[in-house]
Amino acid sequence: MLAISRQRILGQSFQKIRPAVPGLRSYSSAAKQITVREALNSALDEEMSADPKVFLMGEEVGEYQGAYKITKGLLEKYGPERVLDTPITEAGFTGIGVGAAYYGLKPVVEFMTFNFSMQAIDHIINSAAKSNYMSAGQISVPIVFRGPNGAAAGVGAQHSQCYAAWYASCPGLKVLSPYNSEDARGLLKAAIRDPDPVVFLENELLYGESYPVSDEVLDSSFCLPIGKAKIEREGKDVTITAFSKMVGYALKAAEILEKDGIYAEVINLRSIRPLDRSTINASVRKTNRLITVEEGFPQHGVGAEICASVVEESFAYLDAPVERIAGADVPMPYAANLERMAVPQVEDIVRAAKRACYRSVPLAATA
Amino acid sequence: MSTAFSAAKFSTQPFSTISHDSPLVFAKPTSQFFGSTRKLRLTSSSKFNLSRRSGTVVAVSDYVKQKTSKSTTSLLITKEEGLELYEDMVFGRAFEDMCAQMYYRGKMFGFVHLYNGQEAVSTGFIKLLKQQDSVVSTYRDHVHALSKGVPARAVMSELFGKTTGCCRGQGGSMHMFSREHNLLGGFAFIGEGIPIATGAAFTSKYKREVLKEADCDHVTLAFFGDGTCNNGQFFECLNMAALWKLPIVFVVENNLWAIGMSHSRATSDPQIYKKGPAFGMPGIHVDGMDVLKVREVAKEAIGRARRGEGPTLVECETYRFRGHSLADPDELRDPAEKDHYAARDPIRALKKYLIENSLASEAELKAIDKKIDEVVEDAVEFADESPIPARSQLLENVFADPRGFGIGPDGRYRCEDPKFTEGTARV
Repeated sequence: MLAISRQRILGQSFQKIRPAVPGLRSYSSAAKQITVREALNSALDEEMSADPKVFLMGEEVGEYQGAYKITKGLLEKYGPERVLDTPITEAGFTGIGVGAAYYGLKPVVEFMTFNFSMQAIDHIINSAAKSNYMSAGQISVPIVFRGPNGAAAGVGAQHSQCYAAWYASCPGLKVLSPYNSEDARGLLKAAIRDPDPVVFLENELLYGESYPVSDEVLDSSFCLPIGKAKIEREGKDVTITAFSKMVGYALKAAEILEKDGIYAEVINLRSIRPLDRSTINASVRKTNRLITVEEGFPQHGVGAEICASVVEESFAYLDAPVERIAGADVPMPYAANLERMAVPQVEDIVRAAKRACYRSVPLAATA
Repeated sequence: MSTAFSAAKFSTQPFSTISHDSPLVFAKPTSQFFGSTRKLRLTSSSKFNLSRRSGTVVAVSDYVKQKTSKSTTSLLITKEEGLELYEDMVFGRAFEDMCAQMYYRGKMFGFVHLYNGQEAVSTGFIKLLKQQDSVVSTYRDHVHALSKGVPARAVMSELFGKTTGCCRGQGGSMHMFSREHNLLGGFAFIGEGIPIATGAAFTSKYKREVLKEADCDHVTLAFFGDGTCNNGQFFECLNMAALWKLPIVFVVENNLWAIGMSHSRATSDPQIYKKGPAFGMPGIHVDGMDVLKVREVAKEAIGRARRGEGPTLVECETYRFRGHSLADPDELRDPAEKDHYAARDPIRALKKYLIENSLASEAELKAIDKKIDEVVEDAVEFADESPIPARSQLLENVFADPRGFGIGPDGRYRCEDPKFTEGTARV
């Protein structure tokens, strides 16, 4: 099910993602542009000022201004009691965060990358996710675990894994993955306010990207619902689901497909757990074809779950086999060309969509 | 009285006693709370290093003996306290014995870890706490729950898997939680509870310093065993608790065995209390089979934490009379060792103390025994008659959020908003 690109890449598409023109129908004039980094920073700032129980904890979040500068300026504003630089003790400080959350504080625990969360995964799953159930509702854990997830550029195998599928398989966790600045702001604010443990998967390569935001998004009470996907671009021929960086790729692919007369509907999942199955199924019932795109390992991935869900619920509506595009089934290689081959590219999505539409050769006229 | 582990295979060392009037003093951090590392570097001094090297190891049994011999007229406890301690220990013992019976009758299942023999530690520490103080335990948590005040009926029903249990049957033997009594479990993974306890202590300090709840002096006790003291999380939390001066007491229930692994086979330096000073906190060793000695040490450690002086590591030398769990055949332990500790049964020791010092009569203690038996029997009856969980309970309590859609801008759950529709996200 992998599509490994053997053609030349489209320019520097791996390094820079041009924001495609999404369906900006729900907002008014998109006047201002902010980067995802600014969006996250402002969301943290506003939530910390609104609720004194919110505090940040992580490596280098304070004096270093954040390993990726997401928490810039927060130490100066809120002081060392609320922005804590921790020693390199993921298991220890994650457990401390969970213990604080047991008592009603709202920690936001930063992992420098989610790869390091594996050292703390016992606390994320066993003490955070399962506690509300084990205590029969007595102890809820309003904690947020955030940090960059997935592949960056040339960082090697131990820094490049995508954890969406692992965390999303665990009941008791909410798993969110934003794409653009609006997603970043809205979902992080919703996560911090939420009474349950939330795993918030960002993407390092998106931090510097700017996206247009409306005034409503910039308002301090703005937040997005959890468990609801967004249709970034409407279409009628094939449904492409994606999250995080792959949404940008899917939108680019949709533009290319449009020239060949294939109108793809791009769904930005936003929430991996709970998964918005109704939106996905409604879309597939409209288009009759499905491609899922993700950056992580293919076996037991997010795409596997979406495909199974669609086959279970919308089988009669499918006109083509469902297809998953995922990263290569190898630990991430270091060499630049191998790395490009190990992550889905825009052409892979385009080819898969054409396969689903039984069009290997572009046609002149629309179908 | 010797505090040596006479049956274990390592030798004792003479302890250095320090005057209790000058406990370990660190270089003062410049900020009351979590100073930044920049500030800590500036205040490092040779005084800091010296006081660490001189050691804060104390043989508390010696200290307690000195104290009692100085004040010959006053005893360590009053009559009420003595009876309370006796009742709590007998309660723990009777409850655990009943658990064993029920397990072999098939009413209880899965993993059950019993606390027989270690009651002095639980009673000695927990009976000094207030309701708002928290206790974090391991899978050997029934008696911690009972000492903290969770009713016997709730604990027994939980063990039977009935819906009237303290966690509605969803937790089980190893996961006892009670919000009301501030009992935070109940963790199956060893070492898992230690960071949680450190977080609870952190919350207490945060509430006082950031949220300005000035009277918040809640203390947290973390109970764990000797095997846990080789685990990374233990050391991580000793470091952070001392670094941030959290109001926590780390209580090691050293019963010399981690299932079948003897402590001396698993640990390079078996004297656990010595690991405290390495991180900048006092490390105390106490005879965990003597509830009065444990209580004296606990008073000091909990007092330290309440005054904001930081954490303490207390190693209680104790012993479990039964196996690791009810499924453990317990073949590896030397019968001579078991007999040695059985002779130091904490309940018998306290009974002897109470009678010799005329604090209670034989009849009063027998009355307590009888009362406890009735309480435990009543708990079993209640649990037996309670209903099993309904089918609908399976999917409940996964999230605190009823439908998983999160909280809206107005602060209420989105699913409560009648205008929140199915379909794509509309902001």
